[in-house]
Amino acid sequence: MKIHIKNGHLIDPKNSTDAKQDVYIAAGKIVSIGKAPEGFSANQTIDATNLIIIPGLVDLSARLREPGFEHKATLESEMLAAAAGGVTSLACPPDTDPVLDEPGLVEMLKHRAKQLNQAHVYPLGALTHQLEGKEITEMCELNEAGCVGFSQADIAIKDTQVLWRAMQYAATFGFTVWLRPEEPYLSKDGVAHDGEVAARLGLKGIPAVAETLAIASILRIALETGAKVHLCRLSTAEGVDMVRNAKKAGQKVTCDVSANHLHLTDFDIGYFNSNTHLKPPVRSQRDKTALSNGLVDGTIDAICSDHTPVDDDAKLYPFAEAEAGATGLELLLPLTLKWAEDNKLSLSQAVKHITESPANILGIPAGDLSINANADICVFDPKQYWKVEPKALLSQGKNTPFLSLELAGKVKYTFVNGHLVHG
Amino acid sequence: MQNPQLTDDGKLKHLLSIEGLPKKILNQILDTAESFVGVAEREVKKVPLLRGKTVCNLFFENSTRTRTTFEIAAKRLSADVITLNVSTSSQSKGETILDTIDNLTAMHADMFVVRHSQSGAAHMIAKHVAPHIHVINAGDGRHAHPTQGLLDAFTIRRYKPDMHNLRVAIVGDVLHSRVARSEIHALTTLGVPEVRVIAPKTLLPQDVEKLGVHVYHDMREGLKDVDVVMMLRLQNERMAGAMLPSSQEYFKTYGLTQEKLALAKPDAIVLHPGPMNRGVEIDSAVADGTQSVILPQVTYGIAVRMAVMSILAGN
Repeated sequence: MKIHIKNGHLIDPKNSTDAKQDVYIAAGKIVSIGKAPEGFSANQTIDATNLIIIPGLVDLSARLREPGFEHKATLESEMLAAAAGGVTSLACPPDTDPVLDEPGLVEMLKHRAKQLNQAHVYPLGALTHQLEGKEITEMCELNEAGCVGFSQADIAIKDTQVLWRAMQYAATFGFTVWLRPEEPYLSKDGVAHDGEVAARLGLKGIPAVAETLAIASILRIALETGAKVHLCRLSTAEGVDMVRNAKKAGQKVTCDVSANHLHLTDFDIGYFNSNTHLKPPVRSQRDKTALSNGLVDGTIDAICSDHTPVDDDAKLYPFAEAEAGATGLELLLPLTLKWAEDNKLSLSQAVKHITESPANILGIPAGDLSINANADICVFDPKQYWKVEPKALLSQGKNTPFLSLELAGKVKYTFVNGHLVHG
Repeated sequence: MQNPQLTDDGKLKHLLSIEGLPKKILNQILDTAESFVGVAEREVKKVPLLRGKTVCNLFFENSTRTRTTFEIAAKRLSADVITLNVSTSSQSKGETILDTIDNLTAMHADMFVVRHSQSGAAHMIAKHVAPHIHVINAGDGRHAHPTQGLLDAFTIRRYKPDMHNLRVAIVGDVLHSRVARSEIHALTTLGVPEVRVIAPKTLLPQDVEKLGVHVYHDMREGLKDVDVVMMLRLQNERMAGAMLPSSQEYFKTYGLTQEKLALAKPDAIVLHPGPMNRGVEIDSAVADGTQSVILPQVTYGIAVRMAVMSILAGN
């Protein structure tokens, strides 16, 4: 199958391309940019006039809910959502039921995903058995089964002895440990940023120190053990500062932020809107600005969707009891574009955070459109606005804080390995 | 964001929180309550304003005083009253709050009085109910207890009519208190120029000063020259965790005694939302003393709740 994408504007941060260029695909690979290879005759031509061509998005946190939570979402529904969002590679956290702590489960998930022939799925294995924070998992076996890193999802390890040993063991084999920094005692039962809004609404707060204290322990243990660490979903200004300083001091650490946190503050909770109940909580305007600045100066590497489909019923409770999470796969691109526009950044600068940078963190062949790279491509219309509403979303999760907002950036075509999966 | 408590033309639709209500509406409620104070002293303690209406008291959390006063208020307005004590444990067994509400709506309830242990429960119900139904928040988690805030304001206004010239101190567990939040909003909206909160740091929410209050940690300093002292109830479970060491130490540092009350203005009044923990947050000599207006608070509570119900019903 040979495909010619013509007349589009190509943005490929890794190759510093930001120009009108045609793309030529053969046998699932990029074979040429700009000029047609000799004797190339396309089976399919895509007219990308007025459209932008970028590498397929790489999402560092997308819950597919399988196995175990099929009432919230299925692999089928979420893979369609990924394609509709231009996401061609995604990492999924291990907090499924059963937890991804056994090689068989990981193989099954990889196999199911492969059969659907859509986005590449990269499971993160559980760092500890059942995510209980007591015994470490068979990381080598899990790695062989397809795990690209090891995570505790949203459940922090309380016992620092276990955290230390888990990081030592992961470091032995060069595995990356993915941790969302949140000290479990300081954040206990908390549901909102510990500030003015929580004070007014009478919601139990999660103080910023819950994040900074966890970052301090993780960074220190990483330094001692030599473990590679990826910090998931920073939320505080102080946390960004700590990572900035660690990077300046030469420590190898990467981190991400969710697209939600680039746009929302605790004031968006309004009158207890349970769609804004997220983990970590959305914080103050000052934190939001710091997260944005952290991305711009390279402290924060990537933007993830933190896709967490929740069924409608689970949101029909008072704020604290409503399940946390929001759908995100189909919003990652438009929210990133909006962030770029709000901060007057170039498209290339923004796109890097959802393509090249996350691909580097995962260590996967994705996130760029070099010659011979996999033809994972997203073609979108930057000027087309669409309204975020349940019927516009393919994900089974319909809850998002951005409901009823009009966002620019509509994905027109998505290719995975040169195979059209959306459009 | 439109205030869900108000209709498009600015009338009171639900009473969920005092925050965001205009002064005009608060005064309307207090003035209306004034006219109901006399009803209780009549031979026939009833007015026909809610005749034919069904008021449903829905208590997901235990309460004696609030539930009873709402019941009396509704009955004095001639409404039919149903009181349901829905324990949270039976909730977790199946029916959600909204299912319960739907069922009662099908039985043609006109007004819901709701108490729930979670902040935001009343807002959620108000968002869900049919347009002709009114919701009164009788306490949701730590968030709000608007009729308590109003009855406290009413009591203060009766004893100290010039609200624009008052210094008020709220003492105790502000962090966990829906009463404190409603009192703060009621007083600041009604124009009280200085509202103080007095508590240890463990019992104050982060950024509490942004609610428009002055923060004190030393009770003697905080009570100096105040016109009104509003005590908060201290739950015994606060002593179980790391919030407070003991009730004895709390009484010593933040309990209201005659000696500490003497630092306030000589004619200062003392309020407490009840039920009191004598010897923990308040000394019996103060609770039963001449400056205490704790029992009048209960009496006025009925008038204020009658006022809220009759205004919501369109009178």
